[in-house]
Amino acid sequence: MLAKRIIPCLDVKAGRVVKGINFLNLKDAGDPVESASVYSREGADELVFLDITASVEKRKAILEVVEKCAQQVFIPLTVGGGIRNLQDIRTLLKRGADKVSINTAAVESPQLIKQASEEFGSQCIVVAIDAKREDRSHWQVYTYGGTRPTGLDVLDWAKKVADLGAGELLLTSMDKDGTKDGYDLELTKGVSEAVNIPVIASGGAGNLGHLYQALAEGKADAVLAASIFHYGEFSIKETKQYLRDKGIPVRM
Amino acid sequence: MGKFIAIIDYGLGNLCSVNKALEAVGARPRVTSDSKEIDEASAIVLPGVGAFKRAMDNLARLKVIPTLLNAIQKGKPFMGICLGLQILFTESEEHGFHKGLDVIRGKVNKFSSLLKIPHMGWNQIKIQNKKARIFAGIQDGSYFYFVHSYYVEPEDKGIVVATTEYGGEFVSAVNKKNVWGVQFHPEKSERVGLKILENFLHDVS
Repeated sequence: MLAKRIIPCLDVKAGRVVKGINFLNLKDAGDPVESASVYSREGADELVFLDITASVEKRKAILEVVEKCAQQVFIPLTVGGGIRNLQDIRTLLKRGADKVSINTAAVESPQLIKQASEEFGSQCIVVAIDAKREDRSHWQVYTYGGTRPTGLDVLDWAKKVADLGAGELLLTSMDKDGTKDGYDLELTKGVSEAVNIPVIASGGAGNLGHLYQALAEGKADAVLAASIFHYGEFSIKETKQYLRDKGIPVRM
Repeated sequence: MGKFIAIIDYGLGNLCSVNKALEAVGARPRVTSDSKEIDEASAIVLPGVGAFKRAMDNLARLKVIPTLLNAIQKGKPFMGICLGLQILFTESEEHGFHKGLDVIRGKVNKFSSLLKIPHMGWNQIKIQNKKARIFAGIQDGSYFYFVHSYYVEPEDKGIVVATTEYGGEFVSAVNKKNVWGVQFHPEKSERVGLKILENFLHDVS
């Protein structure tokens, strides 16, 4: 049976992990490659590196991180943040990323999704959607790290990017992100039912029950979380045991 | 000079991942599309993600198809991964009908539109042939990483060595003499994945 995926996300700035990870056996909490290795050993199903480097000249650092990671971590690695064009995607894939996550550039040039999925295959094109709730059943797409409203309706946009060839959606609730009071389940369920491609729920995880809700009620195919894993509150292993006991198929 | 493993570069693959995984199990991989190098290699890995027709077109353009078929015929250990498994088959229904390498008689079909496509993530294999050496030391029911929208259907069910459930049972690994094919990505399947590669290379000199 296809397992639901548990995906830790690491914010990387100029090649270093921000919000240092709090593992007992970690020598250098700021080294993304070491953190990735630990997560992989613990049973993480995939990893996401979100590059939040602002300056263009320091952006090369992520490529070295990806390359080193690919030498020792043998689970899928997605890289997002600042990807503007086909050349950016080509470079990341060549250096060892398995998927790239595109957000702002996809909104500004939807054809990029089509071109990228034709050139590299849908399986490696993840479209990230930052969603902000408008009312009970509507959400708006935001870009530029959640600072700029686009006027696009999330459900319409999700369907459109799936048609253009996206292989997966990384759906973040801006309202819930950082709150630790649970994923936006209506948003997750709405998008998951609207499209025929896998959906990764993100934003709001504060405890293991929240992950369960996103997978069971939200019908997500995978859950992404950062702080609950980074600060050692829950290990990947105990997360999976919890989900398995609640009847969710997971890879142990 | 020791022998090397040829990873076929035809412009459609996660070559980097396959390369690193082979290095991790102690092999000497070499990414190539040169017929002479392919001839010299002690084993061949055909990776690949993407579209079937494009894969066949690229292989034809690089003029490596006769080299690959010849190597397979001569008994050189060969492994196709994901799309590299699919193009070993006779034909595919991906965007119209397209001819494959026809090393294995059979078809490549699309998953039902009632399912989420691609079939993406970790899924279990049911080992159908316990003697298949790539599964040495691997438990039945182990999880591997998959990402694909099409699945293979061989005419000869005797070559099926593993199957997987996704809206029904599909073939996730085959073996015909020296040719192995896996629908999942061993290079992305953590320890069990590396074990598959190690097992495949076990007899390779």
